[in-house]
Amino acid sequence: MSAAQVDDLVVVGTPVTTVTTARRRFGITSPRLFWSKVAAYLVLLLIAAFYIAPLVWLVLASFEPAASVSTPAPLVLSFSNFAKVLNWSTTFEPLINSAVLSGGTAVLTVLAAILAAYPLSRYQLRFRKPFLYTIVFSTGLPLTAVLVPVYSMFARFNLIDNVPAVILFMTATSLPFGIWMMKSFMDGVPIDLEQAAWVDGASWLVSLRRVVAPLMLPGIMVITIFTFVSQWGNFFVPFILLQSQSKFPAAVSIYTFFSQYGLVDYGQLAAFSMLYTLPAVGLWVVAARFLRGSFTFAGAVKG
Amino acid sequence: MLITATGRRRKSTVPVMRWLAPLSPALLIMLLFFAGPVLWSVYIAFTNKALTGVGAQHAKWVGFSNFVHLLSDPLFVHSLLLTVLFVLGSAVVGQNTLGFLIALLERGKSRFFVATLNTFIIGAWVMPEIVAGFTWYAYLYQGGVLDTWLSHIGLSQDWLYTAPMLAVIIANIWRGTAFSMLVYSAGLSDLPGELLEAAQVDGANQLSMLRRVIIPLMRRSIVTNLMLITLQTLGDFTLIFVMTAGGPGEASQTTPLYIYQQALQLYNISYGTAISLVLLLVGAAFSIVYMKMVKVQEEVA
Repeated sequence: MSAAQVDDLVVVGTPVTTVTTARRRFGITSPRLFWSKVAAYLVLLLIAAFYIAPLVWLVLASFEPAASVSTPAPLVLSFSNFAKVLNWSTTFEPLINSAVLSGGTAVLTVLAAILAAYPLSRYQLRFRKPFLYTIVFSTGLPLTAVLVPVYSMFARFNLIDNVPAVILFMTATSLPFGIWMMKSFMDGVPIDLEQAAWVDGASWLVSLRRVVAPLMLPGIMVITIFTFVSQWGNFFVPFILLQSQSKFPAAVSIYTFFSQYGLVDYGQLAAFSMLYTLPAVGLWVVAARFLRGSFTFAGAVKG
Repeated sequence: MLITATGRRRKSTVPVMRWLAPLSPALLIMLLFFAGPVLWSVYIAFTNKALTGVGAQHAKWVGFSNFVHLLSDPLFVHSLLLTVLFVLGSAVVGQNTLGFLIALLERGKSRFFVATLNTFIIGAWVMPEIVAGFTWYAYLYQGGVLDTWLSHIGLSQDWLYTAPMLAVIIANIWRGTAFSMLVYSAGLSDLPGELLEAAQVDGANQLSMLRRVIIPLMRRSIVTNLMLITLQTLGDFTLIFVMTAGGPGEASQTTPLYIYQQALQLYNISYGTAISLVLLLVGAAFSIVYMKMVKVQEEVA
C-alpha cells in the first residue's frame, strides 16, 4: 500500500485526518520534522561522546612518554612508549603465542566444522534435527561455568600448561557456533553442482574439496576470522589453563603487566594495548567485507 | 557403464560411515573437551574434591552437601543477586535499550555520520575485553579522565570504589551495545517501509508509532536479542575482574568471580564446581528458550 493510497482511504474515511494530511503536504509540520531530526542528531552525538571519551585517554596515553593513570597528559606526540614495549618478551612473544592459540583454534574449528557440516547439510538423517538443536543449545551455555571442571580435568590428566590441549579445548567451545554457521553457508551451495561431480565418480570428500568448499570460500573466511578474533581476545581460558610466562598470550601477559606496572607505566600499557587490539579490529574489517560478499553470493545462487 | 557402477557402489556403502566419518572429528573434540567436563562436573559437585589437603587424594562422595552449603552461603546468594543486577542493568536494560535507540535514530541519517559512529560502537565490541577493562579502569580511576572532568563540578571520587556495580554495568553497556544495535538495525531494515509511511501519514506520532507498529513487528528480534545478550552477560568474568576484581570487598563479586575465588584461589574445587553447575543450569534454561526460537529446517537443502 503506497502513501498516496493511504491518503485516499483517509479522505474517504475521516475528514479530520484529511486536514492534518493536507497540512503535512504543504509542509506546515516540516519544522517539527526538522527539529526531530536535530534532536536525533544531538542524541547520537551524545552517544558518540560516551563512546569516544574513554578511548581518548588510551590513545593519548600511548603517545605520552610519562603517562600514568592519574596524570592527564599534555599533548605530546612521541613513540617512546611503543619503542619501549616493542621487544621480544613484552610484545612479540605474547603476540606470537596469541596467534598460535587463536590460529590453531581457527584452523581446527574450520576443518572439523566443514566436515561435520557436510552430512548435516546434505543427507536426510534421522538424528539431524536433534543434533542441530543440541548444537544451538550449546552455543548458549556460559563457558565460565565449564571452566572449573575443565581445570580439574586438565589437572587430573597433567594437561595444565599444555598448549595443544588448550587449543583443543578452545576448538571444542568454538565448534558449536562454527558448525552452525558452516551448515548455513553450505545450505546456500546448490546440490546440483555437486551431483555433476558425483556422476563423474567423485567421492564426497572430493566433491566437498573441489566443488563445495571453493563456492563457500567467503563463508569459510568469515568463520575463520570470527573464531580467530574471539580467541584473540580470550583472557579467562589461557589465564586458567596456562602457567608459564613464555606461553602466555597477549591477553594474559598484558594483565600481568597491568597488575605490576599498570598504574605507573600506563603509557606503555596503552601502547601495548593498541598493538594488541589492532589485529582484531583489522581482521574484523576484512570479515565484514567478506560477509557482504557472501550475502550477495547467497542471493546470486538463489536467483 | 563405469559411471553406473560407481553410482551403485556409492549406494551400497554403509550409510553409517558416510555421516559418521565426517562428523567424528568434531564430535570427538566436543565430547572430550566440552561434554566430558560438563558430565565430570556433575560428579565432582557431589564429592569433596579439593586441590590440596585430604580432598586432593581421596575425593569422597558427599551427596548434596555442597548444594546444601550453597543455599546457606550468604556470599553465594549475594553473588547471584549481583549477577542478576549485572545482567538486567547492563544487558536487558542497558545494551538492549541503547542498541534499539541507536538503530532507530540512525535510520535515514547521513551515511558518513552513521558509519563513523558505528566504527566506535563496533570497535568497542571487537576490541579484546581485557583492553576494554583497562580503558574503563583508567577512565574511572580517581584522578583519571572522567574524574578530572567531574572534579570541576565537585563530583570527584573513585567510582570503582564508591559505585563498583554501576561502573562495571556502564562499562559493559559501552562494550556490548554493538551486538544489539546490529540485530536491531537488521530487524528495522526488514520492516515493510510502506507500513511505517502509512502509519505516519495516518497521523500517528513517533511515540505511538514506536509502540503500536515498530515494537510489535520487531517482537521476534527483541526476544532473540534479549536471550542472546542475557546468555553472553551471565558468564562475564574478564571485564569485572580487570576493573574491580569483585571488590571492594565483595561489592561487585558476581557469580563467575565467586566461582573463580572459590575454585581457583581457595582451591575448593568441588564447591566451585557446584556453583558452576548452578550457573550452567541457569544458562541452560535460557538456552532452551533460545533454542526453541531458532528454526531448524525440516528438509535438507
